[in-house]
Amino acid sequence: MTDILPEHDSNLPPREVADVMPPHAHSWIGKYVFSQDAKYIAIQYSGTAAAIGLVALVLSWLMRLQLGFPGLFDFITPEAYYQFVTMHGMIMVIYLLTAIFLGGFGNYLIPLMVGARDMVFPFVNMLSYWIYLLAVLVLVASFFVPGGPTGAGWTLSPPQAVLSGTPGGAQSGIILMLVSLILFIIGFTMGGLNYAVTVLQARTRGMTMMRLPLTVWGIFTATVMALLAFPALFVACVMMLFDRLLGTSFFMPTLVELGEKLSYGGGSPIAFQHLFWFFGHPEVYIVALPAFGIVSDLIAVHARKNVFGYRMMVWAIVIIGALSFIVWAHHMYVSGMHPWFGFFFATTTLIIAIPTAIKVYNWILTLWKGDIHLTLPMLFALGFIVTFVNGGLTGLFLGNVVVDVPLSDTMFVVAHFHMVMGVAPIMVIFGAIYHWYPKITGRMLNEAMGQIHFWVTFIGAYAVFFPMHYVGLVGVPRRYFEIGEPAFLTAPVDGLNAFISSAALIVGAVQVLFLFNIFWSLRHGLAAGGNPWRATSLEWQTPETPPRHGNWGDDLPNVYRWAYDYSVPGAPKDYVAQNDPWVPDSGGRRL
Amino acid sequence: MDHPLQGQDQTLLQQGHSGFAADWSSDQRAFKKVSWGKAMMWILLLSDTFIFACFLVAYLTARSSTNAEWPNASEVFALHIGGRDLPLILIAIMTFVLISSSGTMAMAVNCAYRKARKATAALMFATAALGACFVGMQAFEWSKLISEGVRPWGNPWGAEQFGASFFMITGFHGTHVTIGVIFLIIVALKVWRGEFDRDQRSWMSAGNGDYEAVEIMGLYWHFVDLVWVFIFAFFYLW
Repeated sequence: MTDILPEHDSNLPPREVADVMPPHAHSWIGKYVFSQDAKYIAIQYSGTAAAIGLVALVLSWLMRLQLGFPGLFDFITPEAYYQFVTMHGMIMVIYLLTAIFLGGFGNYLIPLMVGARDMVFPFVNMLSYWIYLLAVLVLVASFFVPGGPTGAGWTLSPPQAVLSGTPGGAQSGIILMLVSLILFIIGFTMGGLNYAVTVLQARTRGMTMMRLPLTVWGIFTATVMALLAFPALFVACVMMLFDRLLGTSFFMPTLVELGEKLSYGGGSPIAFQHLFWFFGHPEVYIVALPAFGIVSDLIAVHARKNVFGYRMMVWAIVIIGALSFIVWAHHMYVSGMHPWFGFFFATTTLIIAIPTAIKVYNWILTLWKGDIHLTLPMLFALGFIVTFVNGGLTGLFLGNVVVDVPLSDTMFVVAHFHMVMGVAPIMVIFGAIYHWYPKITGRMLNEAMGQIHFWVTFIGAYAVFFPMHYVGLVGVPRRYFEIGEPAFLTAPVDGLNAFISSAALIVGAVQVLFLFNIFWSLRHGLAAGGNPWRATSLEWQTPETPPRHGNWGDDLPNVYRWAYDYSVPGAPKDYVAQNDPWVPDSGGRRL
Repeated sequence: MDHPLQGQDQTLLQQGHSGFAADWSSDQRAFKKVSWGKAMMWILLLSDTFIFACFLVAYLTARSSTNAEWPNASEVFALHIGGRDLPLILIAIMTFVLISSSGTMAMAVNCAYRKARKATAALMFATAALGACFVGMQAFEWSKLISEGVRPWGNPWGAEQFGASFFMITGFHGTHVTIGVIFLIIVALKVWRGEFDRDQRSWMSAGNGDYEAVEIMGLYWHFVDLVWVFIFAFFYLW
């Protein structure tokens, strides 16, 4: 329950699961390479995700160079441009955002926040990372095969994805893409089972579900969603792989290519889109819900105030997660599906705005009259709220069929989803790294570099994506290599495109500063101590910083309250940690 | 009769809806009687259910969107025995074998509750044998259809999605059965050697001297069996 009333020790129920220390690794390889410690796996996940994310960042630069200065860079061919678009999207959504939120933050924070010694199945958890790494390597390999990676767009829509007109379609690009996705799903499932079971079954004494920090609620709900949504992508990938390799026609209608009738016939391309988006829309929330959870905690800690409406926040997370499974076809209004579907899916889509708005109001009300510290995590949290609201509002446009039809496949859509599920979650990732880096390394990240990083990223992201809405509204379609000056554009956009591209280059460049900060502060950062933000949740109460293998020393912590006892009247400090048995009525007397 | 695994629980359990709410809002464990391994298997099966559901829905979509005629399952899957065609006879036997294997698995789990070591192992070996029998008959069915000209990209009787869906869905299910047989044999050997009777942690054993791995194996096996019922209904009977 969300009560702040404490319970006596004797009121804590007995331990239901024996406290067993996971076996320590003794060899160097067991500790640092094939580590079974969730904290180390988290760092492996995050490092790999960041590395492949840098590739995606460079790809976005190349795309913007072409769009901003068409014809200037002759190594960017139309084929290469499509490959950049495809790989940028796929890497960012799956291999960076999903992996870093669930594999990175999930692994690091879940055992610490619920008061467990490790994930419940450390060996399976380790396998999860290595299969993820294999998926990334297969993905990277596609850059080096003849024909290059697939250029089908990140939605991989058939029939074009497996035809020779698409880069990598008739060669191995698409095959490696599908194999990599299948591997990713297998790897994720191994990790996801760990995250879900750890949250459900391995909490410490006193840690009820309704005392979990919202970070855990977000990651947990996203994990369950991923376990139910990735199967659709898995099936879609297997079937498309068969279409490409075995010549089946699941998704392939009768086709004529270069004047020649292909052997395909009778398949349904729309079936792929349904499967893909049955995964694809929950995927948006698989990325967003951990961000929602983390940002709630960042705001509460750095505004020294309890989260407004904790219970409502939990239910909003769960309801958003459930609703996101029945909205997928709003990505398909122009796909040729039955128009009646549009009515249903537009309705469910707009209903999601209600729990989402509840969350936004609660963040604002948490800030209201709080003791707001404009630390770096708080700045990024505020940046998240602004960009998320902005992207959410354009979502209302696109969720309505009649408004979506003219806007579909324009740069307006690109601006929308970058704002809402690109910039916004990445803001949270940055904020979370600034917030938890002291726990992970024992040192603070450099403040000056962090300030530059935040302001350039925040203003720069606006400079990139705000004008892009306008570019889309005047009629520029997305995914076009170059459009020249067609008559349907209601205003010229050349100058604007050059401006957006310049801003994108600057935003990208400042991320290098962030990476430098991460490595520089390892050695030169200020010593942080165990709990530099004076936060209540369990991960800040570990006996050592950084926490050792097994997390808690000899005794597991007991939990007496929720995670948001900030500025409690009468308390000795302005925060009361979750494992602090302080009782308000007894005048601060410890039990 | 008391569930033999209940002994490890000291918590008093409430019944009904109020118990459900109390468990979820209590600390440590949301499912009070459920071990980590069993919870993992349930969640894995939930995820796997979505995979099979997507396969079946995709098959139904392919079947309804193709413009060629769908081959008649009862003719395609008929065997010529004793001078006449018996429709679906092989599938009927396969289904019978697989459902029987679920029966022996259930008996194995029952013996595991009572820690009847030899009976548990024997029944698990019987389950594995029936499972292997099922996969063998599936191999026979595949080779018969292949010899009649059924391919993923076409067949002599109509819509090419028929062969594609058949090989994909039965292949995916057959893979599940094969994996199940392998793990049944592994767990049965461990039971036979008495590894679950020792108070020692090992692979698939929490070291608390119970036969829980058998029960978890049973969950998986019954799931594979249940999925087959749906494949049977949607693919062969319709």
